[in-house]
Amino acid sequence: MAAPLPDPERLLEALANQMKPAMGPETGIVGIYTGGAWVAERLHRALGARTPLGVLAVTLHRDDFGRIGLHREARRSHLPFEVEGRDIVLVDDVLHTGRTIRAALNELWDFGRPKSVRLAILADRGGRELPIAPDYAGAFVEIEAGEELVLANEGGKLRLAAVRRP
Amino acid sequence: MGRSLQIDSQGRLVHLLTTEGLPAEMIRHILDTASQFVSVNEREVKKVPLLRGKSIFNVFFENSTRTRTTFEIAAKRLSADVINLNIGASSTAKGETLLDTVWNLQAMDADMFVVRHAEAGAPHLIARHVKPGVHVVNAGDGRHAHPTQGLLDMYTIRHYKQDFTRLVVAIVGDVLHSRVARSEIHALKALGVPELRVIGPKTLLPTDIERLGVRVFHDLAEGLRDCDVVITLRLQNERMSGPLLPSAGEFHKAYGLTPERLARAKPDAIVMHPGPLNRGVEIDSGVADGSHSVIMPQVTFGIAVRMAVMAILAGNA
Repeated sequence: MAAPLPDPERLLEALANQMKPAMGPETGIVGIYTGGAWVAERLHRALGARTPLGVLAVTLHRDDFGRIGLHREARRSHLPFEVEGRDIVLVDDVLHTGRTIRAALNELWDFGRPKSVRLAILADRGGRELPIAPDYAGAFVEIEAGEELVLANEGGKLRLAAVRRP
Repeated sequence: MGRSLQIDSQGRLVHLLTTEGLPAEMIRHILDTASQFVSVNEREVKKVPLLRGKSIFNVFFENSTRTRTTFEIAAKRLSADVINLNIGASSTAKGETLLDTVWNLQAMDADMFVVRHAEAGAPHLIARHVKPGVHVVNAGDGRHAHPTQGLLDMYTIRHYKQDFTRLVVAIVGDVLHSRVARSEIHALKALGVPELRVIGPKTLLPTDIERLGVRVFHDLAEGLRDCDVVITLRLQNERMSGPLLPSAGEFHKAYGLTPERLARAKPDAIVMHPGPLNRGVEIDSGVADGSHSVIMPQVTFGIAVRMAVMAILAGNA
């Protein structure tokens, strides 16, 4: 393994500081299941956001459906506010190829046309396959090829880990 | 029949032909998936791109506008292309065999067939002869099975009652001719319903029905006692007179679900019906439109359940 992985608690702090100046009372924070939702929940609290927290499930817009079929998933998107005309900050834990973000944007648009969408990422590990870049990022994390960067939630304590892909 | 045909060697659902032999885990998978689609149907944009580029043929050898429409809506909300064929009126009349019809349609690059046929086993025959990667959904075959109706009823029961393992469920009416009843019984047993009752006159209950693990009642009032779920079946027009029944009026007198009779069930019982309703025959308007009725939610959930079945099948290429 390369350099030790950063502590998510520290990254959360950095992210919140970056986001703070651009947060209005009507800005909607939306986390992507599963890891992104944990991060979004923490940011929502840290920023004292007034608009309720939203979550997105992207299964129905994934582009690998034809290859791997439908994931078993009972999770649904839940956006407890009007999407139409709103500034949105989309939150995910790890940014890699960008495909999840593409799917999340499609899912979001099924609920309405936001005024703007910005992207906040806890850890960017590079390897983009789409023209997608974060507006806010906790850190750029280098891991070895063949490894995956995952966020674990151990009873509310977040931890980054590099795991070998099977 | 159909069990090994509908589940492949890796345990994946490749056709949906019957609820018989469908493992509880698979049923739960379908219902969980359907719950995602219920939320899609409540959105501004009621469409997801999962089946974009797929062609689904609704092949109806027996007419049913309602069932065909629900499959059509489900397929369209998954972004599939839908082709509706009422075969009864065309090919069969010209002497084409069932398989000839299917091979012709397969040559048009169908990805999925939704089949309704008056003969039990027709969808199985088709499933046995389609190319790998082509899926078949049984939309009702003879008296045999109507699995998507059975599954949407399971979705409805789960929605209102959550836990199947504490329920008393009664199916009332013409069980003998009902593919819906058979599909429900298999699914309810798989999901662990401890007490399943069928209620009807001797002439409209299959003689060996107890073998399926149900309790038989000929008295409606007695059979409804303490029920959590009451499923009324449609009395087909052609059965309303003839050797099995004196008349629709006689049937109503003994087996029609009235508010007074329903009072025997639990206070929070739900009443279901696969539709279309014969008001004043198997069910009174006071019940069909009353507070216990979940007949309209059944229709709404039916779209989501059919979306789930089609999405799961298409994903298991």
